Amino acid sequence: MTVSSTTAAVEPEAGAQVLRPHAEDAFADELKALAAADDRPRPARWRLSPWAVATYLQGGTLPDGTVITPKYVGPRRLVEVAVTTLATDRALLLLGVPGTAKTWVSEHLAAAVSGDSTLLVQGTAGTPEEAVRYGWNYAQLLAHGPSREALVPSPLMRAMSEGMTARVEELTRIPADVQDSLITILSEKTLPVPELGQEVQAVRGFNLIATANDRDRGVNELSSALRRRFNTVVLPLPETPDAEVDIVSRRVDQIGRSLDLPAAPEGLTEIRRVVTVFRELRDGVTTDGRTKLKSPSGTLSTAEAISVVTSGLALAAHFGDGVLRPGDVAAGILGAVVRDPAADRVVWQEYLETVVRERDGWKDFYRACREVSA
Amino acid sequence: MSGAVVAGARTPGRTATGPVAGPADGPWLLGVRHHGPGSARAVLAALREARPAVVLIEGPPEGDALVPLAADPGMRPPVALLAHAVDDPGRASFWPMAAFSPEWVALRWALDHDVPVRFIDLPAAHSLALKEPAPEGPGEGPERAEHAQEEVTPVVDPIRVLAETAGYDDPERWWEDVVEHRSSGGDHGSPGVDGTGRGGIADDGDAASEGARPGGTPGEALAPFVALAEAMSALREAYGDGGQPRDAVREAYMRIQLRAARKEFGDDVAVVCGAWHVPALAARTTLAADRALLKGLPKVKTDLTWVPWTHRRLARQSGYGAGIDSPGWYGHLFEAADRPIERWMTKVAGLLRDEDRPVSTAHVIEAVRLAETLAALRGRPLAGLGETTDAVRAVMCEGSDVPLALVRDRLIVGESLGEVPDTAPAVPLQRDLTRSQRTLRLKPEASERQLDLDLRRETDAARSHLLHRLRLLDVGWGDPVAGPGSTGTFRESWRLSWEPELHVRVAEAGVWGTTVLTAATAKAASQAVAATALADVTALAEHCLLAELPDALPVVMKALADRAALDADVGHLADALPALARSLRYGDVRSTDTAALTEVAAGLAERICVGLPPACTGLDPDGAEALRGRVEAVHGAIGLLDTGAEPGQGLRGRWDAVLHKLAARDTVAGIIRGRATRLLLDEGRLPEDEAARLMGLALSPGTPPADAAAWIEGFVGGTSGGGMLLIHDERLLGLVDAWLTGVPADLFTDVLPLLRRTFSAYEPGVRRTLGELVRRGPVPEGARRDDAFPVTGGFGPGLDRARADAVEPVLRLLLGRPPEPAEAAV
Repeated sequence: MTVSSTTAAVEPEAGAQVLRPHAEDAFADELKALAAADDRPRPARWRLSPWAVATYLQGGTLPDGTVITPKYVGPRRLVEVAVTTLATDRALLLLGVPGTAKTWVSEHLAAAVSGDSTLLVQGTAGTPEEAVRYGWNYAQLLAHGPSREALVPSPLMRAMSEGMTARVEELTRIPADVQDSLITILSEKTLPVPELGQEVQAVRGFNLIATANDRDRGVNELSSALRRRFNTVVLPLPETPDAEVDIVSRRVDQIGRSLDLPAAPEGLTEIRRVVTVFRELRDGVTTDGRTKLKSPSGTLSTAEAISVVTSGLALAAHFGDGVLRPGDVAAGILGAVVRDPAADRVVWQEYLETVVRERDGWKDFYRACREVSA
Repeated sequence: MSGAVVAGARTPGRTATGPVAGPADGPWLLGVRHHGPGSARAVLAALREARPAVVLIEGPPEGDALVPLAADPGMRPPVALLAHAVDDPGRASFWPMAAFSPEWVALRWALDHDVPVRFIDLPAAHSLALKEPAPEGPGEGPERAEHAQEEVTPVVDPIRVLAETAGYDDPERWWEDVVEHRSSGGDHGSPGVDGTGRGGIADDGDAASEGARPGGTPGEALAPFVALAEAMSALREAYGDGGQPRDAVREAYMRIQLRAARKEFGDDVAVVCGAWHVPALAARTTLAADRALLKGLPKVKTDLTWVPWTHRRLARQSGYGAGIDSPGWYGHLFEAADRPIERWMTKVAGLLRDEDRPVSTAHVIEAVRLAETLAALRGRPLAGLGETTDAVRAVMCEGSDVPLALVRDRLIVGESLGEVPDTAPAVPLQRDLTRSQRTLRLKPEASERQLDLDLRRETDAARSHLLHRLRLLDVGWGDPVAGPGSTGTFRESWRLSWEPELHVRVAEAGVWGTTVLTAATAKAASQAVAATALADVTALAEHCLLAELPDALPVVMKALADRAALDADVGHLADALPALARSLRYGDVRSTDTAALTEVAAGLAERICVGLPPACTGLDPDGAEALRGRVEAVHGAIGLLDTGAEPGQGLRGRWDAVLHKLAARDTVAGIIRGRATRLLLDEGRLPEDEAARLMGLALSPGTPPADAAAWIEGFVGGTSGGGMLLIHDERLLGLVDAWLTGVPADLFTDVLPLLRRTFSAYEPGVRRTLGELVRRGPVPEGARRDDAFPVTGGFGPGLDRARADAVEPVLRLLLGRPPEPAEAAV
């Protein structure tokens, strides 16, 4: 198709160092080894069997000794439901707060199932209908009138005609009228082109993975007709505090290096504290499981914990003594927790007075928080 | 092996497969999983085919007499056979049976076909005697041991071993796949283990799948049991008694019973027992050896009866040790005629629709498809509970666990409640009650009478506890009434009247436990978990203290703390606190340990301190009035809670800070501001000058008159002695007076009702004095300054010595000082 060549034009030269290769390129070896070892039935046009796709995401060791690295560390149950959904030719909706690896999972699913994760529609408030259906090459259109050659297919249209997996990012950001054009595609599996009196019918193997941020509900809430076409999988936040502390400190380290911040020697205590506060408020229960708490309206995701710690480090480096101290993170935490000035403030105060005040070794932190909350 | 089954099975029961399940002519040893619907179906099929002359069931032999009741139309499972020691009803064991329990199915089949039924387990007389005098609570004991085979025991879990051998991580799932899902008559005959591709499958698993293959040959219904028995034999060879030494005794007894039955009925005997016991029952031992094992067992006098049971208590999560996770799901599997997944999804959809979630038929279709594909991906022969739940979450619940919790509660566990006919013997609770009535010398009499208790006396305290516990169990024998005159916390008055229908109530309450104490504890705990409103839980906490249920208290306190933490309405918290503070006082009187309660109450007060100031703004008059009452109540409660601390410290200090904030903040409703000021003034936490300044501020011309009137009501209104304050502090009165005369005429009618409400509540004497003071007008400033004595607010200038002397003797009398001689001479 003509369009593939246009896309190819913007793709990097072979051999050039791209900043971030696609999943199917980065893990080409693993995919190849899996395909070789995979003797289970594959749905039409799938590169791997559902079982192998699940293994690709969750990691494992193949009989020939090839080690498959885990791409998504999380409940296997979720991965299985996601893969099965694609196998039953239902569309898959990945929900979760920001920073729960929705896009990551969707990219790897597409790479494992279709071997191509680039059929992507990025959802924004300005996503036009052309991005979901098709557009026109106006020079061609004016020169030769409407024809198949003048048509510029969307990634979705290409996925349909080639039986591939398409991806839609941030589905709920797309305006409702554009969202609605997905309904026909998902239920009738066809995309009419009335201008040409033609249609594009989806080939077996076509499917759609959408991601949406479930804190953005209400931005462009999916209509129930569209919602019904999706199976929903909610990706959770990290399960254990240690895993989360690990993620935060690793990310903070990377960011800190790129910002040329000096490494903080005793940062880990404060990172642990930030993660604990975030987790407790998010889960609505203290780590020891003894006291319930109200949850604030903010998401308090891992990504936010990272930014709180990073800005704390910057404070400590530029205005403090270079050591991350409670006072450096307190203001950041307050900003992340108190989104709604009335309700969240009560939540935060309650948390301070009933949990933080009594906790051993948290005196400094309590005082710092009192200072910034006052 | 399977060949032998088919060949040897011309005559029903002649399975001819070795010593375990089918020596020629029976007996048929039907090993089951307790509460397994698949086992139940298999047992039914086997009984239909074998038509035994007698059915032996694992259970206490004392229950034989109660068997006919199972056929009573008034009997509806889930029910439980309850055995308890006559002298100590707290020592009890339950054998629960649901409609899908193999034991129940066998029982009903036998009754329907006029086949005698015997229970063959170790008599309850022994098992209860062997049982430790119960700290474990009901539901443990033999039942526990019996089910230990399926549960994770520290010793060895045979089913787990089998499951792990077959590559499963969850023993329940393995059993479901290999046994339950395949013995439903051959519909799902495709081998479960073979197709998964999981390596290292045990031979036993293969044997099971072979045996269950549909073929339509006679003897087929018995085949699964043969295979299962072989697997169990292999296991028992490896693990011996599996860490349950008492099993040997029980099995010896079962063998003796089996022998007796064979002597009486020939070999047409069917035995329904836990699969684990099958090899032991088939073992060849001598009668003498078995008798020797049973020698010298302790014995207690026991009684048995049927009691109603619930699905919830069958479920493991309710704390009754032996049980299953998903009785509702099992019940469904057993009842569903065909297409269990489709029917289940339809049920789920119905439930979600009733809860106003839009679930269409298309959702049901997609959910079924997803569940089945998931099962295929996971290599299971049929979608199980895990797959259906995942599918329901992804398709019908939009990935959310909230509606899923509803499904779990209502369907997977289920709310089924059993029934027992009235002819069933009395429950142990009744006996326990009778016993307590005797020891406490409280006769149940129909005629009404009043009972006054002094809680400092031991017997009276015990009586009070009993009556409170019974009230908690809805056995309304006594009603608390206001005592005669005395309001001390150590007195209690009851009106007693025993109505005949209370016996029925006691029988109903028997679900909760075998003694009044345990039943009341169990019920209180369950109510605490179920309660939605904070106030309900506080009331319950109070009740627990009154009824002395120390074991229920932690649960109630946990529920209370949780509700309090999540309740966003500070009003609810404020309503709850006074009851808690009161409870603490009861605790003092009755010397109960109230440390947990204190902690919860302090936490509650803490939350109120944080949440109250924002809650006091933007209120309409009614809301403000209600909140004012709460502020007062909380003030009183905090006074009770924090008696030790210095003023200005701890909880008190924080509360004072809150009151200061309320008094000073303009956006707070006037009536609350006034009240807060007054409370601080009364506590001496606010200098009088400051109070006057605040009053002046509230009554200054800029304030809308209605607001100012509300402030006045808050400050001096009600029965709080505000009138006296005005009489004695002329400055304040002057402020009110000046404000009132400054109210414009057209607004005066607006504030009049408020003022009337404030002042009409005063006593006539106070009103008159106030009137006189106002008529006299403010004391001229000059008069004050000229006077030699400093004038206290509310007093006229100068001192009338003669009148003062006249009061003095009475004053001395009041203060308890003898009249001084010098004075007496005057």
